[in-house]
Amino acid sequence: MAERRPVRVLLAKAGLDGHNRGIQLVGKALRDAGMEVVYGGLRITPPEVVEMSIQEDVDVVGISIFSGGLMTIVPKIYQAMQENEATRHIPLIVGGIVPPAEAEELKRMGIKGVFGPGSDLDEIVGFVRSLAGSRSS
Amino acid sequence: MFREDQLQAIEKARREWELTVLNPIMERWPERKDEFRTQSGHPVKRMYTPEDIADKDYMRDISFPGYYPFTRGVFPTGYRGRLWTRRLITGLATPEETNKRLKYLIRQGQTGLNIIFDNPTTNLFDSDNPICEGEVGRDGVPCCTLRDMEVIMEGIDMSEVSTSIIHSGPFVLSMYLALAEKRGVPFERLRGTLQNDVLSQYYTVNMSVVSLRDGFRISADVVEYCRRHVPRWNPISFVGYQIREAGSTAAQEVAFALGSAIGYTEELISRGMDVDDFAPRLSFMFNCHNDFFEEICKLRAARRLWARIMKERFGARNPLSWLLRFHVQTAGSSLTAQQPINNVIRTTIQALAAVLGGANSLHTNSMDECYALPSEYAARTALRTQQIIAYESGVANTVDPLAGSYFVEKLTDEIEEEAHEIIRKIDDLGGMVAALEAGWVQREIVRASNEYHRKMKTGEITVVGVNAFAEDDDEEVPIEILRIDPAHEAHQVEMVRRVKAGRDEKKLRQALERMKEDAAAHRNIVPSCMEAVKAYASLEDMRNALQEALGAGKESKDAFIC
Repeated sequence: MAERRPVRVLLAKAGLDGHNRGIQLVGKALRDAGMEVVYGGLRITPPEVVEMSIQEDVDVVGISIFSGGLMTIVPKIYQAMQENEATRHIPLIVGGIVPPAEAEELKRMGIKGVFGPGSDLDEIVGFVRSLAGSRSS
Repeated sequence: MFREDQLQAIEKARREWELTVLNPIMERWPERKDEFRTQSGHPVKRMYTPEDIADKDYMRDISFPGYYPFTRGVFPTGYRGRLWTRRLITGLATPEETNKRLKYLIRQGQTGLNIIFDNPTTNLFDSDNPICEGEVGRDGVPCCTLRDMEVIMEGIDMSEVSTSIIHSGPFVLSMYLALAEKRGVPFERLRGTLQNDVLSQYYTVNMSVVSLRDGFRISADVVEYCRRHVPRWNPISFVGYQIREAGSTAAQEVAFALGSAIGYTEELISRGMDVDDFAPRLSFMFNCHNDFFEEICKLRAARRLWARIMKERFGARNPLSWLLRFHVQTAGSSLTAQQPINNVIRTTIQALAAVLGGANSLHTNSMDECYALPSEYAARTALRTQQIIAYESGVANTVDPLAGSYFVEKLTDEIEEEAHEIIRKIDDLGGMVAALEAGWVQREIVRASNEYHRKMKTGEITVVGVNAFAEDDDEEVPIEILRIDPAHEAHQVEMVRRVKAGRDEKKLRQALERMKEDAAAHRNIVPSCMEAVKAYASLEDMRNALQEALGAGKESKDAFIC
């Protein structure tokens, strides 16, 4: 097997809200699991997600949203990533306040994972690892 | 509170009890855990006795309600005269929809209003700015111009109702005041609270339109203005709530809220105001989380600590300056998406703690808020929770019924001491603004948040339905979830555009220009903000004026701090 570099994850918050307790926790959990986390900060825009994903050569992108705007904001990010050859294959996951019906809708759209309130951190870590693994293989 | 000989007798009897009664039982039936702690980590002993409060002096430390140091409450008759204000956070979709919900809640017995705004409004963006797409009316009500405030308050008597406005700075408040003026309601009649605590916004929801110091100064302008012109209005509410939601401990919540209050008090004194001129109108907002006694003791400790700070540190002489009056919101972060009906029970326990801790005003969360804004049914149930506590449980019949409990008094002391210690550290760092700029407060909160989640992971903290008693089929959410029809956003955008098209541009430009000049010269900006609002200036007009004068702020955090 080839030498493995650590899994790299871009985490960021999109939309206008600034609640960052969740993303801080997820970031710490991923780092504690040996991954490299690039933090895109607050109010990231779809072009910024694409740009950072390429520049930072990440394996997975995670967006945190605590605002009811997720059904507008997430599809735009997904669309922007799909439209770019270099980011089309990077899995996108979402966390935050997500009602179950919306979670299903996002998954149908192509969002790989949706982690609503009460999600288990270990599960998120495992999921990110499996996404990164399936991508490199 | 006890004579030396009494204490000796109690100690002797306790040792005997341990030997003859306790120990044999412990051998046969050990306790569930080696050590018990509160949710924030305070050790909890098996039992408390007079020995634990031996150094307490009744008049110095506990005293009577409505009497220094106010451990037992700010009002001598507690809830026997007037119950706490029952006000549910309200704000959804559009000003029109929000007005409907407010009226519904008033019909259902709510006694005050509590208006929350959507993310664009909180950040001073107008609904018609493309940056807001998808977020208009989703987490609160949009309120871009005076027109929106007119609709929100349509048919509601501003001279009678007490209104809490969850916004910072003079912007939305000016709309409220301008509306009162238009309706001929004198400012003397207006009652309510503006949140306005820029310091807490800065590090909990990362809101900063201008720099921290500029925002701080502008929010202090509002306090100064209201003290002169809106005498019964609480122009600021120091928000422990957000700090706790961000993951702090109970003592940190008290310390950072009081630390912010100390910062504002010093700022206002430095402007030449007498502490007794404004301190009676300072107010607070706290969280009530799951640990019942810890929350009650936290509220009692906060009240006593603030009274002492006001009297001893600031030399306030007016007894009204010593009062810590506060609103409580039950802990949003304690709600679970799993088995959401359990949230009603959690909220009930938290609300009961708020009442036993002497809250002056209370919001109870709805069971569905882990998913979305509350449905009408869920909001009504949350209001009924308060009404059952108020009218059925009997807990409001006597003042501070837990006073004198060895445990409650001891834990009150411990939380007060811990909070006081943190305040000393803030002082060492140069005050709350400096402590925030240095990132110290943020790091302390994140550390506490990580610790909380570590304990959840190990099971030291139990969350029913999540890390214990979980079910496999939680996906089936047995409650109604409110969905905001996107048509509301389109309507709101159209309304904002219409208002903007119909303004007297010259009058508007002049008002905004004056606001800019006042901001640049560090003059109190509330009067010019009022003029701008009356010319139907939008939030974003004012945001731009401020940023042109002062430069833009940056988010308090752009890095991980774990």
